[in-house]
Amino acid sequence: MKGLSGSRCCFYMGFLVGTLSLYFLRQVWFEMSMEPDVLGEGQDSSVAALSKKRQASDSNNWRMEGATLINLNHPHHIGEDSSVADELYRKVRILCWVMTGPSNLQTKARHVKATWSRHCNVVVFMSSIDDPDFPTVGLGTGEGRDQLYWKTIRAFHYALEHHGNDADWFLKADDDTFVVVDNLRWVLSNHTPEEPLYFGKRFKPYAKQGYMSGGAGYVLSKEALRRFVEGFKTKVCTHTTSVEDLALGQCLEKMGVLAMDSRDTLQRETFHPFVPEHHLTGKFSKSFWYWSYCYYPIVEGPRCCSDLAVSFHYVDAELMYTLEYWTYHLRAYGYRYRYRPPLSQGLVERQAQTERPTVGTAGRGRTPAGITVGGDGDQSKAESGAKPLSDKGGKETLGKIPIDNNRTAVTQERQG
Amino acid sequence: MLSEGSSFVKGIALGGTFCLLLSLLGSFAPGMQSSPEDHHHHHIKAPTKDELQSLSDSQMVELSQRVRVYCVIMVQPSVLVYWSTAKDTWGKHCDQAVFYSSESAKALEAVDLNEQDEWAKLRKALKHAYDNAGDLRWFFVARPTTFAIIENLKYLILAKDPNEPFYIGHAMKSGELEYVEYQSGIVLSYEALKRLVNVFKDEEKCPERGRALWKLSEEKQLAICLKYTGVFAENGEDTQGKGLFNSKSVGSLIQDSMNKNNLDVVEGCCSDLAITFSGMSPNQMQVMMFGVYRLRPYGHNFHDSLIFLPPEGSDND
Repeated sequence: MKGLSGSRCCFYMGFLVGTLSLYFLRQVWFEMSMEPDVLGEGQDSSVAALSKKRQASDSNNWRMEGATLINLNHPHHIGEDSSVADELYRKVRILCWVMTGPSNLQTKARHVKATWSRHCNVVVFMSSIDDPDFPTVGLGTGEGRDQLYWKTIRAFHYALEHHGNDADWFLKADDDTFVVVDNLRWVLSNHTPEEPLYFGKRFKPYAKQGYMSGGAGYVLSKEALRRFVEGFKTKVCTHTTSVEDLALGQCLEKMGVLAMDSRDTLQRETFHPFVPEHHLTGKFSKSFWYWSYCYYPIVEGPRCCSDLAVSFHYVDAELMYTLEYWTYHLRAYGYRYRYRPPLSQGLVERQAQTERPTVGTAGRGRTPAGITVGGDGDQSKAESGAKPLSDKGGKETLGKIPIDNNRTAVTQERQG
Repeated sequence: MLSEGSSFVKGIALGGTFCLLLSLLGSFAPGMQSSPEDHHHHHIKAPTKDELQSLSDSQMVELSQRVRVYCVIMVQPSVLVYWSTAKDTWGKHCDQAVFYSSESAKALEAVDLNEQDEWAKLRKALKHAYDNAGDLRWFFVARPTTFAIIENLKYLILAKDPNEPFYIGHAMKSGELEYVEYQSGIVLSYEALKRLVNVFKDEEKCPERGRALWKLSEEKQLAICLKYTGVFAENGEDTQGKGLFNSKSVGSLIQDSMNKNNLDVVEGCCSDLAITFSGMSPNQMQVMMFGVYRLRPYGHNFHDSLIFLPPEGSDND
């Protein structure tokens, strides 16, 4: 009797144990099957496999020449007509060099490489040490804030020496700067690289014509770059301070390079020294240094920033991808933008052939009956801001510096 | 001893088999609550370019005029800033945006539902929307932290007839019930709402106060009531099958994509024509307005088949 009730009890216990254990096993199995990326012993091999995949996809998009990445096919989107952007890509060639360092490659520079730098014609990552895998150029400097101007000087010299013929404009950016390269091409499209110009977020103190903020990125025309290099050759420019953007600005001023207004046709800034949220929603306290630095009046709220924004600074990894998503991917279907600026003269003829105002070539952009198109004050303002891409326009922007638009004259000047 | 041991083992075996049998029958698996990865039997996709080109001009015009959205935006007086932000941002793109609050508050311009229970609030708001729809035929329900791109919603439902019942959003499954996740936004056609308001009168099928023993969430209550009227949840997705309704913010989704080590973080994140994001702060909503309606790369054109004009008297879009 005793044995029977004992075994019965054991049977029930066993039943309970069996039910519960299998229930939990199923739970665990279910969860595991939902997350195939669980990191465990497989981690090492999966990371290696991933980097192999990355290298394979990279070789389709980039041609490596030493530590330089030449862009083979800049990204296109499904269903878009990028004929205007393609034309600008051919006509306004930009070399982007990114200021970085060995400790930032995996935490910052990697994300630049995966996002906006793919839209440049040529990309070079400048570091203190050579890294053939990333790849980076070793400038032979140290690391740290006091090395910044040394790095800048050497980086620009490298760019002119190795890639003077591969690009017309030379952009410097930090590894936490996000740049919309297509919009930079629009800003530059009204100017020629033979003029000594430079664009960026303009600050006013310490330099008569102001200088461009380093973090927000700045871009030199080929002539400006030539003069910068020339300045160091003739000792007109030297390493004066490690405050890279100010020092560069002062050197360029001495060499007769003009600091330009990069704002859009509605006077809205395009280069931004902070993240979008800060400019769009933040209030800069009146005692903040920014107020006394900005060359043009600060605008807070939505008018702070152009639709065709060129850059933002202090951008972390997550924001890099988010900005890439907002710029190149996410859109409101069929939305007709308020700001529709005109093209520069050189591209106008091409545009007339490929696009009709409301109806697309592929789809059908009909204006529904009852909805009036027009009364868009922005459009007329935008048109009045157009500057023709011609020598005449070029002369107007140069002011008192006697520059000959004749190519040979310029070359002769340099050799003299 | 041996008999006890063997009984024990027999017990385990029988218990295990019993458990497996039950789970196979499907009804016993609370661990498999919401499995969004499950195959959805109902998908809704936006019309393709080819489909749109096959429509005549007059049909396109008729469709553009027909697709107008009444936004039901739930707000709370305790967090007034969400009301003012929705009003100042995405709400401007609705043909009509009406705010519904649990209680009245100074400075808050909203319909006072005088109700704290979430399901009762939803019922009252939907009934009010139905009664005040005018000639609007599509309804979009949002929570305070949801940001919606109404143009993309219109594109999704462009070729759908609002006199047919539609209940669209991020479709989830709980056991046998398919429901639309509240947090990512709910879309109802006029016919679906009409049937819903009708079944509200039936206290048996669709009680106002949930049965005391089993308090279901309001999103599931809604699905059950609609199911009785023959309306089923459908998952809104783009032509590549990516979900258009998101319960997280853009930043969160990008983070998730980064953590999955995707080769292309942005491709692996979200749809180009996403309709909703949720869990957004007021500042993030202002930045979204810039990101969606303004920021773009020069020289890239999409020859979309519709035109939506920007709203009057606005400067952030």
